[in-house]
Amino acid sequence: MNVRLYVWQRGTAALMVPLVLVHVAVIFYATRKGMSAADILGRTRGSIAWASFYGVFVVAAAIHAAIGVRNILTEWSPLDDRRAGIFAIVFGIVLLLLGLRAVTAVVLP
Amino acid sequence: MTATLEVSLWRGGAEGRYQVYEVPLRENQTVLDVVTWVQRNVDATLSYRFACRVGMCGSCAMTVNGRPRWTCRTHVSKVAAGGRLQIGPLENLPVIKDLAADMRPFFEKWQQAKGVFAPSKTRADAIEEIRPDGPARTAADDAIECINCGVCYAACDTVRWNSDYLGPAALTRAWSLVNDQRDAGNTARLQAVAASGGCHACHSHQSCQEHCPQALNPTAAIAGLKRRTMAAYLKGEIT
Repeated sequence: MNVRLYVWQRGTAALMVPLVLVHVAVIFYATRKGMSAADILGRTRGSIAWASFYGVFVVAAAIHAAIGVRNILTEWSPLDDRRAGIFAIVFGIVLLLLGLRAVTAVVLP
Repeated sequence: MTATLEVSLWRGGAEGRYQVYEVPLRENQTVLDVVTWVQRNVDATLSYRFACRVGMCGSCAMTVNGRPRWTCRTHVSKVAAGGRLQIGPLENLPVIKDLAADMRPFFEKWQQAKGVFAPSKTRADAIEEIRPDGPARTAADDAIECINCGVCYAACDTVRWNSDYLGPAALTRAWSLVNDQRDAGNTARLQAVAASGGCHACHSHQSCQEHCPQALNPTAAIAGLKRRTMAAYLKGEIT
């Protein structure tokens, strides 16, 4: 890992700390209130706030996880830096697409 | 009857094997004494490396019962569990022969980490006054007692996994120079240690700190380099 990847990984980690806390709080709130899927979707659909919150979360998680996977591959697999980097970029894009698809599913009206 | 130690010594190169010797047990005896006894009394072809015998030169480090140690300052009574010793060359380095590891990769990484002092003045300039208790000088002093023994390098998991990793000793040397107010080579040095295989590869396992015979803390030095390189990167001083 070089300093550029280090800054991105630590930066996205710092960004996700409050996002994870809010996300966990939301899970507790929704389950303790006994909210149904329809109740939740009623609040999230059309909400720019929830779209922004989870949109940022997904982007940060995709970057953070891709860099982490790259590190694991360079240390634990026979892949060299370049190949591990390509694999990590593809992994990050897949994570991003899956995450954004999930976000759009709950926020688009 | 004289009490003896059962000593297994690595013989051969990378494809060698451990060979067992019986060595007289003394009341006061270092691991280096044991190796020397075998070389002088049993097999003169045994290869190993030492120089000062007082913990200053850093040349006698070996793997003793699975842990990297400076053998001239390691007493047998402290490490010979059940009267047995297994002594091999340092790990994470190529084996030349028997107990002598090839230190070239270790010292080449010192060069890669720009571990050479870069003067900022000529002999015509006045000598710069450095306060011994200043924070930068204190940080440089903490790291400067390294004797280049390679124990931290042999103990490091990251070196084991990533052959490009510069290792704790080279990075500690870089940290010492980064804090040296007289040095003028910090941009190049920070660039070198911020590259792939540099300080950011460290997982902070702290094996270097645990095993360092000089009780230095390379993990803290590397953490300092992480902070310093990140600040330089964010300011655009390095890429």
